[in-house]
Amino acid sequence: MSLKYFHNLHLKIFSALFVFASPMHADWFALNMTRGVTDISNEVFELHMLIFWICVVIGVVVFSVMFYSMYAHTKKKNPVAASFHENHKLEIAWTIVPFLILIAMAVPASKTLVKIYDDEAGDVNIQVTGYQWKWQYNYLEDDISFFSNLSTDMDEINNLVPKGEHYLQEVDEMVVIPAGKKVRFLITANDVIHSWWMPAFAIKQDAIPGFVNTAWTKVDKPGVYRGKCTELCGKNHGFMPIVVKVVEQEEYNQWVDEKKQAAIKMAELTTKDWTAQELVERGESVYAVNCVACHQTNGQGIPGIFPALAGSDIVMNQKDKNIEILMEGVQGAAMNSFSYLSEVELAAVITYTRQSWGNAENGDGEIVVPKDIVDYKKPKI
Amino acid sequence: MNPEAKKTLRRLVIAVPLMFAFGFALVPLYNVFCEVTGINGKVFQSDNAEKLVIEDGRPLGLQFISTNNENMPWTFKPSEDVMTISTGKYYTATFYVKNTTNKTMTAQAVPSVAPSNAAAHLKKLECFCFEQQELKPGEDALLPVRLLVSDELPENIENIILSYTIFDVTEYDDEAVAQHMHEEHHEMEH
Amino acid sequence: MSAVIENHHDDHHHGPAKGLTRWLYTTNHKDIGTLYLWFSFAMFLIGGAMALVIRAELFQPGMQIVEPEFYNQMITLHGLIMIFGGVMPAFVGLANWLVPMMIGAPDMALPRMNNLSFWILPFAFFILLSSLFMDGGAPNFGWTFYAPLSTTYAPPSVTFFIFSVHIMGASSIMGAINVVVTIMNMRAPGVTLMKMPLFVWSWLITAYLLIAVMPVLAGAVTMMLMDIHFGTSFFNAAGGGDPVLFQHIFWFFGHPEVYIMILPAFGIVSHIIETFSRKQLFGYSSMVWAMLSIAILSFVVWAHHMFTVGLPLAAELFFMWATMLIAVPTGVKVFNWVATMFKGSLTFETPMLFAIAFVVLFTIGGLSGLMLAIVPADFQYHDTYFVVAHFHYVLVPGAIFSIMAAVYYWIPKWSGNMYDERLGKLHFWLSFIGVNVTFFPQHFIGLAGMPRRYPDYALQFADWNMVSSVGAFLFGVSQILFLFIVVKTVMGGKKATDQVWEGARGLEWTVASPAPYHTFTTPPKVD
Repeated sequence: MSLKYFHNLHLKIFSALFVFASPMHADWFALNMTRGVTDISNEVFELHMLIFWICVVIGVVVFSVMFYSMYAHTKKKNPVAASFHENHKLEIAWTIVPFLILIAMAVPASKTLVKIYDDEAGDVNIQVTGYQWKWQYNYLEDDISFFSNLSTDMDEINNLVPKGEHYLQEVDEMVVIPAGKKVRFLITANDVIHSWWMPAFAIKQDAIPGFVNTAWTKVDKPGVYRGKCTELCGKNHGFMPIVVKVVEQEEYNQWVDEKKQAAIKMAELTTKDWTAQELVERGESVYAVNCVACHQTNGQGIPGIFPALAGSDIVMNQKDKNIEILMEGVQGAAMNSFSYLSEVELAAVITYTRQSWGNAENGDGEIVVPKDIVDYKKPKI
Repeated sequence: MNPEAKKTLRRLVIAVPLMFAFGFALVPLYNVFCEVTGINGKVFQSDNAEKLVIEDGRPLGLQFISTNNENMPWTFKPSEDVMTISTGKYYTATFYVKNTTNKTMTAQAVPSVAPSNAAAHLKKLECFCFEQQELKPGEDALLPVRLLVSDELPENIENIILSYTIFDVTEYDDEAVAQHMHEEHHEMEH
Repeated sequence: MSAVIENHHDDHHHGPAKGLTRWLYTTNHKDIGTLYLWFSFAMFLIGGAMALVIRAELFQPGMQIVEPEFYNQMITLHGLIMIFGGVMPAFVGLANWLVPMMIGAPDMALPRMNNLSFWILPFAFFILLSSLFMDGGAPNFGWTFYAPLSTTYAPPSVTFFIFSVHIMGASSIMGAINVVVTIMNMRAPGVTLMKMPLFVWSWLITAYLLIAVMPVLAGAVTMMLMDIHFGTSFFNAAGGGDPVLFQHIFWFFGHPEVYIMILPAFGIVSHIIETFSRKQLFGYSSMVWAMLSIAILSFVVWAHHMFTVGLPLAAELFFMWATMLIAVPTGVKVFNWVATMFKGSLTFETPMLFAIAFVVLFTIGGLSGLMLAIVPADFQYHDTYFVVAHFHYVLVPGAIFSIMAAVYYWIPKWSGNMYDERLGKLHFWLSFIGVNVTFFPQHFIGLAGMPRRYPDYALQFADWNMVSSVGAFLFGVSQILFLFIVVKTVMGGKKATDQVWEGARGLEWTVASPAPYHTFTTPPKVD
């Protein structure tokens, strides 16, 4: 609704004024429910407006009588009160008339509800799992699975930098669904109760650990739609948004293929049982290309300039710190981030340094497998 | 205080523990209600589904999904994601489970059926979810569920989803939980 | 109970004891009423301060003054304190002061239990508030404490929370038993049920509701306690329990609880509108029937708080229709109030202003409640600020305005002094504006898509949140004025007549102002 207003030429000036007046680009016109983009959400919107106007009319009628009475029947104007205190006909009327109005509301509401409860299978079935505090999406037909995390910068939340347009409504990985197809969401949770709300589709279903709830939608209009978690689920309840991207079928197929490829690659990395030997072999060549110039073949580095890896406490005993240095680099030193290397390359080269030059014997001897790098790359909350 | 007031007082004082007990009575009442209506997709063991067996049932898609509850490191997945079945016939499906940790653990699987109004029509003769599963480090297993979908299933349902969430119950007092589960199934038998 | 009679003989000659022990040991319904009212006002200020923490955080997007974790503790304690510490004890206080005087009884039926039911309350709230300083902080799972957030995932202080809820429950149950026994057995001859003042009727129904549902709440928290400490699995899916079951049990208590907080308000407002309209209340018997039907319906609508948990279609339809049905008796009450004013001879003293604001704003809250009953629309409203706006409209300008109206209306009888009418009106207008500026924009915020219990929000909600926060501070600060007015009235002021208000009817207006320590030691004659 608000977007429509802003696109309206007549209101350009007003919007400009408001933007000027309020540095947050906030929205005085965000007053009503969204109409949404599905048949159901439109029906829900119409229903909402119908009930709203009925309520307004009831309110106006009742309050008019009351305000009239407050104006006309003051002690000054009407020193002696009337003496009536019952009127059976009137009382029966104002019991029956509201009842009829209620029936008029209940009929369309029930009809819409029956439609929402249509249980046919979807063309695409997506399992949605709520976690503290992120969502996991699992495409049942295509073996695609990923987490979707808030991607708003902590600095924006802490007011250190200006807030972006989609502040708190953006994620690192959107749910992608095809336009014009019936998509069914199977909603559950991993820990506490969450609730998956997508206003544009008029879907809100609680995600309950151990139970599966269903909801479905069919969106014709491609676009990006934003929703939120609506059941208090702990500290970061307000920080686990939902973003759904609706694309044409072709683009969807392409996306599915890409995700599948990535999934296969990821599976190789994370499920293969790597041995120290394999990693060391691979790591040696990675080391030769990327590290040897500074840290030297014997791992001794160059005293005073490049630190030694042989006998280094980090390399021997601090696996996590070791990974972090490779991924982030060292501030103020020559050590850059090597996060552009593949997970296998990174794991291999770290394992190589941890196993060579007597490090394994003098330290904890732990190896780093590609999964550790994958885990490191997962967003932390 | 007059006798009438004492009588009122006595009644109210009795009402309070009764309502307290009623709160607890809601638990079994709710379970019975769930079984009859299939709210939340609860499925209970049924021994006498024999009379529901028919020859010419209608075809139906049966989809399995598995979820690991938090802190549950086991591998847990259906052997087949989808089965095409026919109403009024028995089928056996299996789930693969592996304890990937280096300690012995106990798990409890919790079933859920979607859509929820299909739950009352899904009859399980046996299910690994009826008891806890204990696996040694590295041990794996194929867990069976034997089920039948009654032909009374509403016409518009063409696809049923059977979901299992696996919980780590190693820390629990096994006997208490087992007792609880046992009683529940006992209660639910007709 | 011979103790009552002895006490009464003693006190009749000596009047109230002096000093602190008067309040500690008192069994006098007026003293206990006063204690309840002051206690609830203190809780109102504490709960209000927490509301201001919430509104201050929400003044702008971004996290400014508190952490999300502490924010969750604030919303939880704000809700619990306002409901169990603010509104409910205030109504019990009013019942203590007024029920015996309205039915011509010398005191409550069970005076010593009365003392006990009050004096355990401060301990309950001391325990609850002390959880703020415990390891892991105060309860942070919302006043509805849904499992498993409140069990498996709760901070250690949840045990203290459960204990304090038990104490609050015991206090409410004792208070309710006392009210029922008093009303059923101690009415002066001639005060038949259908001649009882509506406030007494409303409290009789409320007390029955309390006796029916407070034990269920006690059961729910006991089950939580067992799940947390004794290895049971009432609400834990892993052990065969069901987290949704918690919500069913909670709302089986919770929905009648909503009416517990509004029925006495219906009674109060009926008296005030009648008095300042100088006209007999329209439709007395339909008022009684309306309250009874609301109370009965309140037991079959609980799942309308749970439309999104995945109930079957039939259940959704049933609970939608049952909920909509409540609009009928509620409508009857509103129409009756308007008809009472119609062709009356109206004046607008402070209590009347609060009562009229009650009718208007409660009706707005009721209408938004009707909208919330519509299941498909509720999928969009549920757990958004629209719900927050709705229940604050029924609780703040509903329940709390009725309590303020009652204080202004009866304080001349309690203290013997008239309050300062100009200050009273100022307090009314500041509160009225504050309440609407706070809560009306929350309808917009909710419809536009902001969920409740969010410590931070997207930018499109910023403007109305800012407005809402400004309103909240206006409302909060105006309550200091209320405190000042009440203290000033108790200290002195224009002497009140016995009848106080020209149009006042009822037994409480036949005794002297201030009401003597003991009233109706011999039953009055009522025709």
